Amino acid sequence: MASKGAIVVDTEKCKGCSVCVVNCPTKTIALAKEVNGKGYNYAYMATLDTCIGCTNCATVCPDTCITVYRVKV
Amino acid sequence: MAEKVLKKGNEVIALGAIHCGCDGYFGYPITPQSEVMETLMEEKPWETTGMVVLQAESEIASINMVYGGACCGKKVMTSSSSPGMSLMCEGLSYLAGSELPCLTANIVRGGPGLGTIQPSQGDYFQAVKGGGHGDYKIIVLAPFSAQEMYDFVGLGFDLAFKYRIPVMLLTDGMIGQMMEKVELRPQQARLSDQEIAQRYGSWATTGKTPDRKENTITSLALDAKVHEALNHKLQAKYQEITEKEVRFETLFCEDAEYLLIAYGSMARICESTIEAARAQGIKLGLLRPITLFPFPTKEIQRMIPQLKGILSVELSAGQMVEDIRLAVEGKIPVSLFGRQGGMLPTPVEVLDAFKTNYI
Amino acid sequence: MDIKDIIKPENIVYQKTKVLTNNVMHYCPGCSHGTVHKLIAEVVDEMGIQEKTIGISPVGCAVFAYNYMHIDWQQAAHGRAPALATATKRLYPDKYVFTYQGDGDLASIGTAEIMHACNRGENIVVIFINNAIYGMTGGQMAPTTLIGMKTSTTPYGRQADLNGYPLKITELIAQLEGTCFVTRQSVQTAAAARKTKKAIRKAFENSGQNKGTSFVEVVSTCNSGWKLTPVQSNTWMEENMFPFYPLGDIKDR
Repeated sequence: MASKGAIVVDTEKCKGCSVCVVNCPTKTIALAKEVNGKGYNYAYMATLDTCIGCTNCATVCPDTCITVYRVKV
Repeated sequence: MAEKVLKKGNEVIALGAIHCGCDGYFGYPITPQSEVMETLMEEKPWETTGMVVLQAESEIASINMVYGGACCGKKVMTSSSSPGMSLMCEGLSYLAGSELPCLTANIVRGGPGLGTIQPSQGDYFQAVKGGGHGDYKIIVLAPFSAQEMYDFVGLGFDLAFKYRIPVMLLTDGMIGQMMEKVELRPQQARLSDQEIAQRYGSWATTGKTPDRKENTITSLALDAKVHEALNHKLQAKYQEITEKEVRFETLFCEDAEYLLIAYGSMARICESTIEAARAQGIKLGLLRPITLFPFPTKEIQRMIPQLKGILSVELSAGQMVEDIRLAVEGKIPVSLFGRQGGMLPTPVEVLDAFKTNYI
Repeated sequence: MDIKDIIKPENIVYQKTKVLTNNVMHYCPGCSHGTVHKLIAEVVDEMGIQEKTIGISPVGCAVFAYNYMHIDWQQAAHGRAPALATATKRLYPDKYVFTYQGDGDLASIGTAEIMHACNRGENIVVIFINNAIYGMTGGQMAPTTLIGMKTSTTPYGRQADLNGYPLKITELIAQLEGTCFVTRQSVQTAAAARKTKKAIRKAFENSGQNKGTSFVEVVSTCNSGWKLTPVQSNTWMEENMFPFYPLGDIKDR
């Protein structure tokens, strides 16, 4: 049974370190072209249908700004 | 009837700690104060009151164990002698900056450096002016008998918790090693963890319960405004202590024309000097500061109109004399008789020094 | 499936533990400190020991660790955290006491305190962040700085004849009778972070069982000090730090 997932990034807390980006097995996450209030290019779901909700990104996020959701489909 | 024992000053520091419900002692051996920890180890208070006693790896570790214990709202203490106390000064600065209560005892020996194990009062500056870095003070008590060594442990803890400030017993090997009769007090129970949480839970690291915010003990405040405010708070506390906690004793001061000022072991010698002087018709009195910080400045100032001169008698090259001069503000002569290296003057030598200066 | 149907409270599989505060961490982007803080907070949360946990923060970047967890904290002088922890644990034997220390704090100025606390077998947890540099003070050489590694006080690279050798303090700690669990981990990947979390959990459980000192080294990055991007730092760490500081349990009894 496959899983579908999604992440919500606290974009104001994100510092754009990219550690989540390289840890995402499905290359779902990218850094936004826009910057947040502190001037960081924050992480976001670049593709909406590839996330599997594995929590890797949130696990490695030093600033704990990612919440992960998952449903079984 | 209270139990009386014949004990060394250092030994009764240990007994005083146990009897006043001290929670922890952390120390490191150094002459001439090792009897404090040795007595505690022999008494095994962990089997009776539950007091923790630990021989640390250094004076630095000892004072930082005290820092940790004080963070917990526990009654904790250490003792050392001059070179060891120098190492502890960093920790004392942190304790003062974090507004923590604790008790230390410095059984002073001669310096500088490794110096000598003989009695000295050469650490007066270090004790009353701070010792470590930053604008801070600690309360300094100067016992002059084994009884006071015992009593001042409890008094020291009371003051430490009343003001959340480190308190030091400043004395020397003469008082520490001397055996005297000491009247003991009944055993006071240690506070339970629940009692500590109730009394000190507003600031101590007793464990963050749902009914309160987390407590952080730190002396760090990088914001200039916040840090100045902390310093103002500390200074206000020192001012309050200066107003309320000065302790001293006087001998033959009512009609004195001249005054000896001496504390600790030197005050004992000076007591005999006063008797000898009075026998010769010299109107000499003795002021014995019991608190060195706060210093009995006002009492000295009160006596100035009746005095022709003051002699500060110290086992140092002249340290307390500076505080006396600050009090006197040049209004009457202030002289120094200081011996060093563990050379204890006789009462007659003190009287001769007085005469050389004033008669 | 529409993403709105996925992002619902009942579908949450990972969220910030409530033991962490909402404060934005002062650490540089990608700093390992944040990840390790989070793992500790998660362990404290999952073990249900928030009320019983007392943390000791060091001097260095992690001095402000107390801003990030809803637990009681003591902030130690440089290197002295194990002394504070010793007294705290002995005075509160039913509490969980941990120190959080960097390489300068633990392996240089605080060598005596960590060695003796571990040798006494104090029932505490030690979290040791080894990024081979003094981060807070501006990137100076640490005791763990690798040979050849450039820092602000070894601008031409660390040389053994001039600066001595990098200190494998964790291997020394493992020799001490008082330690029950000594391990070296990292947090640059999700798998590594999960292993580190397991190690931290084990360390806290050991503390609860009074088994002795548990020591968890986390080989970490300091991308600002190393002058690399966070991702480059992780790669550099894998290629250069791990060969000298190999990961895994050194002692477990």
